[in-house]
Amino acid sequence: MSTADADAGARSLPVSDLLSIYRTMLTVRLAEERFMRGLSRGEFPGFYFPVRGMEAAAVGVIAALRRDDYYITTYRGIADVLAKGASLEAVFGELLGRVTGMSRGKGGTMHMADPERGMMLTTGIVGSGTPIANGLGLAAQLQGNDRVTGVSFGDGATSIGALHEALNLASLWNLPVIFVCHNNLWGECTPLDAYTRTARLAERATPFGIPGVTVDGTDVLAVHAAAAQAADRARVGDGPTFLEVVAPRILGHNFGDTGDYMDEAAVERARANDPVPKFGEWLVAQGHLGRDELEAMYQEISDEVEQALAVAVNSDMLPTDELHTDVFASGVNAPR
Amino acid sequence: MTATHTESEMTFGEAINDALDIALGSDPTVFLLGEDIADPPGGVVRLTQGLSTKYGTHRVRATPISEQAIAGAAIGAALGGLRPVAEIMLMDFMTLVMDQLINHAAKHRYMSGGTSHLPLTVRTRIGHRRGAQHSSSYEAWFMHAPGIKVCAPATAQDAKGLLLSCIADDDPCLFLEPTPMVRSRRRSQVPAGDYRVPIGQAAVPVAGTDVSIISYGQMTPAALDAAATLANEGISAEVVDLRSLVPLDHHTVLTSVAKTRRAVVTHAAARFAGPGAEISAMIHEELFGQLERPVRRVASAFTPVPFAESLAQIHAPDASTIAESVREVMT
Repeated sequence: MSTADADAGARSLPVSDLLSIYRTMLTVRLAEERFMRGLSRGEFPGFYFPVRGMEAAAVGVIAALRRDDYYITTYRGIADVLAKGASLEAVFGELLGRVTGMSRGKGGTMHMADPERGMMLTTGIVGSGTPIANGLGLAAQLQGNDRVTGVSFGDGATSIGALHEALNLASLWNLPVIFVCHNNLWGECTPLDAYTRTARLAERATPFGIPGVTVDGTDVLAVHAAAAQAADRARVGDGPTFLEVVAPRILGHNFGDTGDYMDEAAVERARANDPVPKFGEWLVAQGHLGRDELEAMYQEISDEVEQALAVAVNSDMLPTDELHTDVFASGVNAPR
Repeated sequence: MTATHTESEMTFGEAINDALDIALGSDPTVFLLGEDIADPPGGVVRLTQGLSTKYGTHRVRATPISEQAIAGAAIGAALGGLRPVAEIMLMDFMTLVMDQLINHAAKHRYMSGGTSHLPLTVRTRIGHRRGAQHSSSYEAWFMHAPGIKVCAPATAQDAKGLLLSCIADDDPCLFLEPTPMVRSRRRSQVPAGDYRVPIGQAAVPVAGTDVSIISYGQMTPAALDAAATLANEGISAEVVDLRSLVPLDHHTVLTSVAKTRRAVVTHAAARFAGPGAEISAMIHEELFGQLERPVRRVASAFTPVPFAESLAQIHAPDASTIAESVREVMT
């Protein structure tokens, strides 16, 4: 399938799929806004890595995957985790370290794991998910199933050795892995052009014999189309793809980082090209959604977010006798 | 493997190869990956010789020289339902996989609140007489990282039984293979077929009443030699071979020292902040009033492993330095 055909395919997805993609993007947006507002107001302690501006980049990829496909993400992963099917209660619970969290609060902000839904691991270490994604791909290959593994990482990860080792092995073993580079133009607080001379990060894949595709990460359907092509390749045994999804970061590196080092004009351009309202307006323009329905959805999701956050805030933390459980399999006479 | 009750004579290396052969033959989810492990050559010291020929290169996978990629692939495959056995050629090269093994393999069960587990084994060889970057013993690093088990067998029989236990275990396991033992042509009795040595259970190869010599891995033969020498001098030394460092068999150690009231701990890792520091502290904490003498540690000097033979000989402990320490605690 050509890129143009794939793009047309994404734009002609069933309306229910299009609305589901928008709903997920809006859920990410509203969940993040509400959580950061709570941190600002001192409603609860915590820390957080915002994805504002990158909702389409994350949701577009995962919407193109199957429910049983594997995914690995990073500490800036709330959009990936929600897109893969986690509930708001499970996410907020984990962000606040409560028993209602998906890992009962033992992982926290940077370690969301939801294996039932294929969200296998969230790493807090830049680039470290990529070698692990190869193992999931290898498992599918050896087990003879057609599951695909996606692994997202920021542009900063293109500077680390693990990614390059992983790309080489994925290519050598023809693994069904999609390397999803969320290029938000910032490696923490350092701009892209201050840490590399590579003009297009997807070019990093080419020397390994892996196709490197770059797509506008603020256009969720362009992202979906590119990811669907990569998933098809992987599923039929044609091996890995490096998918660079460019979506400028709008906020600082983490909650509390004002981003005062970021170029104001560039941030303003990114805000003006915000992927969430952009897709919402497209749905309205296409007649897929009435403006009143758009507003109703906003209100409905805001309510869901509020309720889910209340569940988390009112949930307990683990009892202290849980300190030593889950270090090893149960029954191991481990050091204490 | 037909007769499970017979024994055969094997070297330490042959016992490891036999364990891998049995695991590959009996469990289709087991596979091996590592540098040079496929035939030919079947491993740089031939430990995996014959296995790729028997089971195929899809299950005995030679990799690029990419330690992070090897460890990461093992972790992911374990998450995907397989039981990988990764080989990191030498313990010094474990420095290259610390992020994958410590930040990911060791912590993932805990971080996921017990919803995930990683049944993977990493085999690594402790080098010998190859200078500072190919001979080091860093097992204390892994003892200090909650979530990974550490096994250090001293005999062919334990090597096979412990490796099979590691592969079947639902936690990440580090399995240590000291080069002097891997290279040794000495054969000893090893049961045929599948048997397991429990992880976390020490052995007492020599019983004694005057002093406990606590050892593991490559120092256990030296501890046994020392015990034999001391027996001729009328000193009855009990040798405790830990076999596993995590979990550590506190019970066997404390039972032995409660009886002998004297202990010498020995290992090839550096004495300073080495495994012996933990073992010694544990003995002092639990048996303070019962000890005749403070616990002694006989271990390597706190230097990079030297190359010059003159320095190498005094860097690490041996049977004579162990025996000398025992004589000191007997006075």
